[in-house]
Amino acid sequence: MAATSGTGTARTGTAQTGTAAIELRDLRKNFKDVKAVRGMSLTMASGEIVALLGPNGAGKTTTIDMILGLSQPTSGHVSVYDLQPREAIRRGLVSAVLQTGGLLKDLTVEETARYTASLFAGSRPVAEVLQRAGISAIADRKVGKCSGGEQQRLRFAMALLPDPELLILDEPTTGMDVEGRRAFWASIRQDAERGRTVLFATHYLEEADAYADRIILLRHGVVVADGTSSEVKALAAGRTVRATLPDANEDELRAIPGADDVEVRGDTVLIHSGDSDAVARYLLTSTPAKNLEIAARALEDAFIALTSDDQADLDQTTTGSQAGGSR
Amino acid sequence: MSAPSVSAPSTPGKQAAHHSGINLTVLRIELRRLVRNRRTMIFALVLPVLLFLFVGTNKTYANDNAAGVVGQLTPAHANVSAYLMVSMALYGAALATTAGGAMVSIERAQGWSRQLRITPLSPTAYILIKAMVAMVLGLSAVLAVFIVGKLTGVPHMLPGFSYLWFVTAACVWVGALVFAALGLFIGYLLPSENVMQFLGLVMAAISFAGGLFYPLNHAAQILQDIAKWSPMYGLNQLVHAPLLGGSIDIMWVVNAVAWFALFVTGAVWLFRRDTARV
Repeated sequence: MAATSGTGTARTGTAQTGTAAIELRDLRKNFKDVKAVRGMSLTMASGEIVALLGPNGAGKTTTIDMILGLSQPTSGHVSVYDLQPREAIRRGLVSAVLQTGGLLKDLTVEETARYTASLFAGSRPVAEVLQRAGISAIADRKVGKCSGGEQQRLRFAMALLPDPELLILDEPTTGMDVEGRRAFWASIRQDAERGRTVLFATHYLEEADAYADRIILLRHGVVVADGTSSEVKALAAGRTVRATLPDANEDELRAIPGADDVEVRGDTVLIHSGDSDAVARYLLTSTPAKNLEIAARALEDAFIALTSDDQADLDQTTTGSQAGGSR
Repeated sequence: MSAPSVSAPSTPGKQAAHHSGINLTVLRIELRRLVRNRRTMIFALVLPVLLFLFVGTNKTYANDNAAGVVGQLTPAHANVSAYLMVSMALYGAALATTAGGAMVSIERAQGWSRQLRITPLSPTAYILIKAMVAMVLGLSAVLAVFIVGKLTGVPHMLPGFSYLWFVTAACVWVGALVFAALGLFIGYLLPSENVMQFLGLVMAAISFAGGLFYPLNHAAQILQDIAKWSPMYGLNQLVHAPLLGGSIDIMWVVNAVAWFALFVTGAVWLFRRDTARV
C-alpha cells in the first residue's frame, strides 16, 4: 500500500531518478524513558505530497527533527536524497517551515529573508520569495509586529530561498484563522504544482485529506496506516456496502469472505467490510442484490479509529500495550 | 574552504554551500540590530562616557601624574584623567562585549539559533559571528570614551608618549575578548530574554572587585586579596601598564588568560550541549 514506486520528477536539476527523497529505516528516538519514535520505516519518493497525520504526541515533530538533522536518532537510519540530513540542508536540497518561534522580533521581514538568503550558496532572489509567499507588502514591517499568519508566510518564504527539492512543514497552520489557513495552503499548493516534494505534519484531518497524495498515520511513534486518503479510510473503517436484497439470509451473508458485520433492515442489507470489492462482487454475481452502494467512512472516523487507544489490534508493532499510555 | 562535490553531477545547481556562512550581509544586519537596540547602546556607550565626564575631568586629575593613583614611585607617562579614561573605556568595552555575546541568549529564547540550524550556517560560524559583533560593539565603546576624552582636552599623555592613546585603546579592545567570552558563556547558560538586567549588576560587581573604580592599594587587605582572583583584576593592571611605564607582573597575565580560558571553555561546553540537544 505504501506508494514507494516514485520515479523522480519532471523538475530539472532534480536528484537522480529513483533516489528516495526521504528514507527512514527502523528509526527510534527515546527521550529519557519516553519512547517518542519506536521503529519507523518509510520511503518517500520525489514528487510526492505526503501528510504525516497524528494526534499530539504521536511523534510527528520528533520524526521531522531527525529528518532535518535537528536531533540525532537513538538508533536506525535516516537519509535525505541519500545524504545525511545535515549535508542535504547544506546543499539546499531540503528546507523547512518549523512550528513556532525561529524569528527575530527586532528584524524586518525583508532583513530576515536577506539574512537567511546570504547563508545559501545559490539562493532565489529575496523579492521573489516574498512575492510568492504573499508578503511583499509588509517587507519593511518588524517581525514582532506581524500576525501569526504573516510570520508563518515569512517562514515559508525563507524555506523557498534555497529552492529545495523537498519542503517540510511542521504543523504549518497552527494558530491561523480559516482565511489565513486557506491562503497559506493555496501558496503551498501552487508551489507544489511546480513539482516540489512536500512532507507536512498536521493534526487537521481536512488538511491531510485535501492536500496530500499520501497519508501516513502515526500513533505512539509508529506508522499505523500508510496510503492514499481513501486507502487509509478503508483500512481503518473498511467500507460499507449497501444493497437492496429481499429475503436476505443473514447467515449466508456473514459467510461472504471479508464481511465483518452484517445488518439486515427489511429489504436493505448493510455489509461492513475491509474488502468491499469482494463483497460487492459476491452480491452482484451470487445473489439478486441490486441498487448497490459503497461508501467509505469519513477520514475523521478513520483517524479516530486508528489513533484511539482501544484500537490496539490495528497496531502490529506495539502489541496493544497502551493500557494507561501517556497522551 | 574547499569545494567538494560528492554527488554534484546528479544535482546540478545544488553545489554544496561550503562557504562558512560569515558574510557581509549578515554582519551588516547584525550591526543594524545593535544600533537599534537602544538599551544596549545606552548601557555600553553612553554610561561609560558619562562616568568619565563626572569623575575623570576635574582640575586635580588634569594636573596630577597617574603614578599617584597606584602609589607608583616613578612618574607615569600620563595624567590621572588619562588613567581614568582608560578605566572607563575598559568598563564600557567589558559591558559592550558581554552584552554582545549574551545576545545568543535572546536568540536561543526566540528559536532563531534553531532556525539557523536548517541553513548551511554551521554552529561554529554562528558563535564566531556573535563574537565578532560583540567585539565591534566593544570597539565602539572604547572609541566613544577615547573620543570624548580627546574632545574635553583633559586626559594628557606626556610629550613623546602620544602614541599611548592608540596603544591603550588597542590593549583595552583586545582585553575585552575576555568579556566577549563571558557574554557567550552567560548567553548559553541563561536562556532568558532578560539577561541584560542581570549582566549590569554582574559587570558592576566584577569591576568593583577588580579595582576598576577605586585604587586597590588604598583598600583593605581582604579586598586586595579578593581582587587578585577576580576577572577584571589582571586586565585592569595590564591595560594601564603602558601609561604607568612600570614593570608587568606575570600574575596579571595569568589572571587574564586563566579567566579567558575558563569563559571560553564554559561557552564551548554549553554550546556543544546546546547543539546536540536542539
